Amino acid sequence: MSNILFFLQLESGKIPKSTLCALNATHRIAKVWGKHSVHALCVGVGAQAAAEQATKLGFSKIYWSEASGFSKYLAHPYSQALLEAWKLSGADTLVCAGTSTGKDLAARVSGMLNAAQASDIIAVNDDGSLRRPMYAGNVIADVELASGPRVVTVRATAFAPAGPEGAVAVLEKLIFEPDLAKAGEVVGYEQSKSERPQLGDAETVVSGGRALQSAENFQKYIFPLADAFGAAVGASRAAVDSGYAPNDWQVGQTGKVVAPNLYVAVGISGAIQHLAGMKDSKVIVAINKDPEAPIFEVADYGLVGDLYQIVPELTEAVKKAKGN
Amino acid sequence: MKILVAIKKVPDYQAKIKVKPDGSGIETDGIKWIVNPFDEIAVEEALRIKESGKAQEVVVVSIGSDDTQTQLRYALAMGADSAIHVKHDGEIDSDLASRALAAVYQRGQYGLIILGKQAIDSDASQTPQLLAARLGLPQACFASRLVLDTQTATVTREVDGGLETIKVPVPCIVSTDLRLNEPRYASLPGIMKAKKKPLEEIKLADLGLEPGTKVKVKKLMPPAQRQAGKKVDGVAALVAALQSEAKVL
Repeated sequence: MSNILFFLQLESGKIPKSTLCALNATHRIAKVWGKHSVHALCVGVGAQAAAEQATKLGFSKIYWSEASGFSKYLAHPYSQALLEAWKLSGADTLVCAGTSTGKDLAARVSGMLNAAQASDIIAVNDDGSLRRPMYAGNVIADVELASGPRVVTVRATAFAPAGPEGAVAVLEKLIFEPDLAKAGEVVGYEQSKSERPQLGDAETVVSGGRALQSAENFQKYIFPLADAFGAAVGASRAAVDSGYAPNDWQVGQTGKVVAPNLYVAVGISGAIQHLAGMKDSKVIVAINKDPEAPIFEVADYGLVGDLYQIVPELTEAVKKAKGN
Repeated sequence: MKILVAIKKVPDYQAKIKVKPDGSGIETDGIKWIVNPFDEIAVEEALRIKESGKAQEVVVVSIGSDDTQTQLRYALAMGADSAIHVKHDGEIDSDLASRALAAVYQRGQYGLIILGKQAIDSDASQTPQLLAARLGLPQACFASRLVLDTQTATVTREVDGGLETIKVPVPCIVSTDLRLNEPRYASLPGIMKAKKKPLEEIKLADLGLEPGTKVKVKKLMPPAQRQAGKKVDGVAALVAALQSEAKVL
């Protein structure tokens, strides 16, 4: 029986929720596909401490490395490390979260292994097939991967985070120096500054659309409402393209897919593209002046009217309801 | 320098996609087919590099049945110099596409490969990375900015949480994100010229490749429909509903 290798992706040296959700899917795959055990690879700054924290998450072994070649993510060295861990762990399956890093990395490793890959899975069926969205979420497909090496990326919002289970994992330092000849280098990073929760992890998301008309209005109307809810801020593609909001706030098939407890869409018409990124939210609220806007077809609660009047009123009401 | 741009034929992004009743595929009647929008951005970027004098030739390639030539002609009408059609009527997955593209790359002397970060039909986001691995070349995926030098490509990538800029040696593979550029329309003179531009047809076997896919689509189905809820009458009613009914506040 073979093993599964899991890419224990870190974010600023910590284990993010997306990694835990992907791990939950990994345990499910291990069970349905009859795998012996789950091994993990964790590299980069803070890898040792993160590996120590992860020993009760159901791994039998965690390989870690803080070698300088892994200090910043680059596909070339990271894919080599996964290949090395793949050999050491006797794996025939690799699972990564479907984050931008996971997508970049998983398919590169697939190519190195000549593997069959399913991207962005949302369920593992009892017959071993994998469920994934296609056509911007307008079609759901059950796919079967050929035998041999397999790679899977997981849409994190479709799975609950994994918790403690099984025996305590063995930690092993990965003795491996990547070949950096063609790796390139990271020369800049521009982090979207925000005190608010991360879009992908937030319990509540408040998103603004084209109707906001300017970046100033985004700040003036969307930010206070988001802060009243303690929410992350999102945006429609139209709002991002118009320069009202930075690109990594974009919710939609080509942006981020979110599934918070509460999603508040302000001045968003509800293009298919956008709906694909938020329609799995538990409760959806839509505020739009057009009663025929498609967003109302997926909203649990719709409020028709002028956002410039409604949003400040709602902001105050939410503050009051939350007792601050 | 020559640039290779890979494109894929996909249904129009505005088309309403419906699954056939037996789940074997999508209804294709009345569907307009287009160049995958991310690949169109790739064509545009290659043309801009050529226009800046940093490349001499833009070659577009696609794999698929005969009607794929419509999309190849469109890329030629945008301004690409020549096209390669890898003819294949059977199923195509990212694996097969990457094998075909790797073989095409090795037949020519290319300094750069640009293609979309994902196709809007399969949404797999695999082909660029698979191709990079097969060729042992650096990859710069999800590009929103590309600056090409003689030795390196400096690429700003759209990543979770912000923008990251990497510098990789060329030749390399760049996959395009939405905000890299706004593609031009094919002009009428461009469309006329495209008819006379060279379009080479090759078979998979000519590239030494076996057909076959590693991912089998067993069944397609429509997504679970969300029920439309209700319209509430004002902010007070909304807050009350969120508190007592939905219990999210």
